[in-house]
Amino acid sequence: MSLYQDLKYAISDGVCYAAQGVTPEGFAAYCPRYIDGFLVTLELLLLSSALGLSIGTLVAVARVSRQRALRTAAWAWSYVFRGTPLLVQLWIVYYGLGSLGPEKLGILWPFFKSGWAVGLAVLTINTSAYIAEILRGGIGTLPPGQLEAALSCGMSRGMAMRRILLPQAFRVAWPAYGNELILLMKGSALVSTITVMDLMGQTRSVFARGYSLETYMYSAVLYALLALLLTAGLRAVEKRLRVA
Amino acid sequence: MELLGFGAEGWGDDLLRGAALTVQLAVVSLAIGLTFGMVLALAKLSRFAPLRWLAQGYTLFIRGVPEFLILLLAFFGTEKAVAAGAALLGLEGGIEVPKFAAAVGGLSAIFAAYGCEVIRGAWLAVPNGQIEAGHSVGLSRWQIFYRIRLPQLWRIALPGLGNLWLVMLKDTSLAAVLAIDELLRVAKVAGEVTRQPLMFLLAAGAIYLLLTAISDKMRASFEARANRGMAR
Repeated sequence: MSLYQDLKYAISDGVCYAAQGVTPEGFAAYCPRYIDGFLVTLELLLLSSALGLSIGTLVAVARVSRQRALRTAAWAWSYVFRGTPLLVQLWIVYYGLGSLGPEKLGILWPFFKSGWAVGLAVLTINTSAYIAEILRGGIGTLPPGQLEAALSCGMSRGMAMRRILLPQAFRVAWPAYGNELILLMKGSALVSTITVMDLMGQTRSVFARGYSLETYMYSAVLYALLALLLTAGLRAVEKRLRVA
Repeated sequence: MELLGFGAEGWGDDLLRGAALTVQLAVVSLAIGLTFGMVLALAKLSRFAPLRWLAQGYTLFIRGVPEFLILLLAFFGTEKAVAAGAALLGLEGGIEVPKFAAAVGGLSAIFAAYGCEVIRGAWLAVPNGQIEAGHSVGLSRWQIFYRIRLPQLWRIALPGLGNLWLVMLKDTSLAAVLAIDELLRVAKVAGEVTRQPLMFLLAAGAIYLLLTAISDKMRASFEARANRGMAR
């Protein structure tokens, strides 16, 4: 773990050394902190989007299941996590559940104590609820004949889902998923309110030293850059999906 | 449980007052955001290229930057502006920053950036032939806008704007970080005072869920009304 941390520090030192001279003075003075934060944001984004996509897919499949209880549970999952603000969810878990303390939480305490772990979990759950809705919409656009054909070929429902419905649903849902990814990236800034030193957390702590509005502008540029990169990446994937 | 009740001991009335401020924040931001969004949409449809670029750059910026950061920028930005203005007038310190106004400014700036795309799409979705027909029967430009374009634009834009409303309603919770006494902050403070943060934060979550559920119902009825007379 510390090797990984060293690697991150090495990256931010390297980036800042390279950026010396071409970046404004106010930025250069705190450059390693911005880049450290940027890497934490990136790390949370990659992990939560990957985990959220897996959970969201399961929830979407549950929503079109033949079992009523499963359908209802999946509906409630999406409804609750999409119907409440992300910030409230973060605070419920970190300040609410976390307040139960080590005696009541037992072996779960290390998780609730860590803002990073709570942030990752809540971001994952939140985005999974949105992804499930998007995928469900994608499955809904497919003609019912597809499932019937798969079943009449002797596929099980699970196999039909894996091989026939989901791949097509992903293709249909990709642009909407791209939007959700950008929203997740922006939402991740809220983990700074539960003590995580992501880009926003670092920005706020730098701001607290000098009260210079520039601080927020630099961070805005970094976020916008990340959004631009994500958009470009999503477009490239979309192109590939269209060819297939 | 009596902590959630009303009266001197309970925090129920404080939570309700917080919820009222949340709704107020969202409604005022919606009104300003819609107006600004309409202006941005017109700028994007303009024949004057620099105006289009300006609007394009604005939406690109807002869409790429976290809502939280925009709100903080609006908050500290107005603080600086007010302080600078006061210094210019020769006043010194002690000027209350209008926190509510700053939050409304930030929220409506975000709403407008997304809303203008919805409005622009709806504007273009009204068939040109109808506009030409309006001209040919001698309607003025204003009459064409008001009688032909707007009612249909409204119908087409409603689902998209409804979504944005829900997003903004939830984004008002960020105002808690700016120490505005809306729902989430009241719940946080109540939890700290009574040492029952879980209960109060869950209560706040439940109220937010209720607000979004009501909004959803209202959107459905608005849509039904806007679509009356349309073939299904």
